[in-house]
Amino acid sequence: MSKLFLARNPRVAARALDGEMMIMSARDSTLFTLNKTATILWQSADGATPLDEIVQSRICAEFEVEASEALHDAEKLARELANHEILFVSEQPIPQSAPSAGSSR
Amino acid sequence: MKSLLEEMTEKALARNIPLSVQLDLTYRCNERCVHCYLDHDDHGEMTTSEIKHLLDEMALAGVFILTLSGGEIFLRKDFFEILEYARWQRQFCVKLKTNAIMIGEREAARIRDIGVESIQISIYSHRPEVHDAITLVPGSLKRSLDAVRFLKSQGLRVILANVLMVHNVDDYRGVRSIASELGVECTLDPTITPMMDGDRSVLSLNIDRSTLHEVFRDPALVGNVDEFCEVSVPADENSLRALPCSASHTTCYVSPYGDVFPCVQFPLPTGNVRKQRFIDIWRYSDRMNDVRSIRLKDLTTCTSCTHVKACTRCPGLAYSEGNMRGPSSQDCEKSFARTGVPSANMLAKKHSAMNLIQIQSLPNVTGAIA
Repeated sequence: MSKLFLARNPRVAARALDGEMMIMSARDSTLFTLNKTATILWQSADGATPLDEIVQSRICAEFEVEASEALHDAEKLARELANHEILFVSEQPIPQSAPSAGSSR
Repeated sequence: MKSLLEEMTEKALARNIPLSVQLDLTYRCNERCVHCYLDHDDHGEMTTSEIKHLLDEMALAGVFILTLSGGEIFLRKDFFEILEYARWQRQFCVKLKTNAIMIGEREAARIRDIGVESIQISIYSHRPEVHDAITLVPGSLKRSLDAVRFLKSQGLRVILANVLMVHNVDDYRGVRSIASELGVECTLDPTITPMMDGDRSVLSLNIDRSTLHEVFRDPALVGNVDEFCEVSVPADENSLRALPCSASHTTCYVSPYGDVFPCVQFPLPTGNVRKQRFIDIWRYSDRMNDVRSIRLKDLTTCTSCTHVKACTRCPGLAYSEGNMRGPSSQDCEKSFARTGVPSANMLAKKHSAMNLIQIQSLPNVTGAIA
């Protein structure tokens, strides 16, 4: 199974509130709140750490779930967040930088 | 059903987090609007690095919605540097308030690239002779509307803000028509705010009672007129425990000089970010906590008023009138225009005016003695 890497979309507005992330989409200003698992994915999405490592070190440790099941759910969640342009998902590490004028990754 | 933002606001309230802050970057302006409450001279604005430091502190404090306003924000040469920092380094949801006359195609494209939630632009009339007579800048309506088109063509959310006053009372329908043609939103505010130094002379620009009465009966503005104008049911114990507004609870205001206030309309200084951390002012300022402690049941006069539940009473305007726990006469006027029922404050004033009339009988008494 190939590795999956996650990176935060730097163009969204984001703030942690009471342990959950509040995110406003850059595309259409839709407001989202991320549940605890999605918040962990967001906070760990550095573009360099593979998803299976995030699941192992952060999600399994926190929620006492079986690793393969947690990875399956996390991947589904990550792709959902990518559909809303909150996260980027790639099979290659994703370099993180501030968006430059005109960029629309 | 509550919106997600309402839910987040409730959470912020419970945890004493300033969810939304208006930061005025400058009081300097390239218009001279006749109703403006600001002193446009620069008395020592925060520098770029001071503002970036403040944005760092605000992000740590949990501020999510950041409204950048002024004065005219585009007069700051570092405006785009500040905006980029707020968006890209600190991930604020940014709203802009501007007259937009310095926004050309290039600026509109740059705003789009940086990403903002909305841009609110002051438009007072659809007629240049009226709008320009309010801003005192010839050609300003054309320039502002050109900017609206540039911004709209970039796919940005634009809101026309129409302040209603004696000069433009007949023109709000025209402004709404322009908004509709341009495919942008439009707000109407019938409130003129006293000058920040306490000068109340600008209040003479407020529209009169009968005009306000008409405005509040325009279905295009208020929807269901009967519902909008009905007198609210009397307040019970539970509703009297409600907060007067969000000022100092989930919102506050920071001036270009770093002074922190409960709200842009509430000129009670609570601290200065050049001397204290933003979060310390927010949490520990005695004045901020004094404002925070007020519930509807604590209001003098208003607690017993018929309108207390539905009134738009602004604590800042009440403070400007002399007592933050007292009535705001401008809002009394609005409640009266809306329902036809005088407020407790209006009745009390009428009563005291009647007492004054009795004093007028003194000359006769004097005459009798003579």
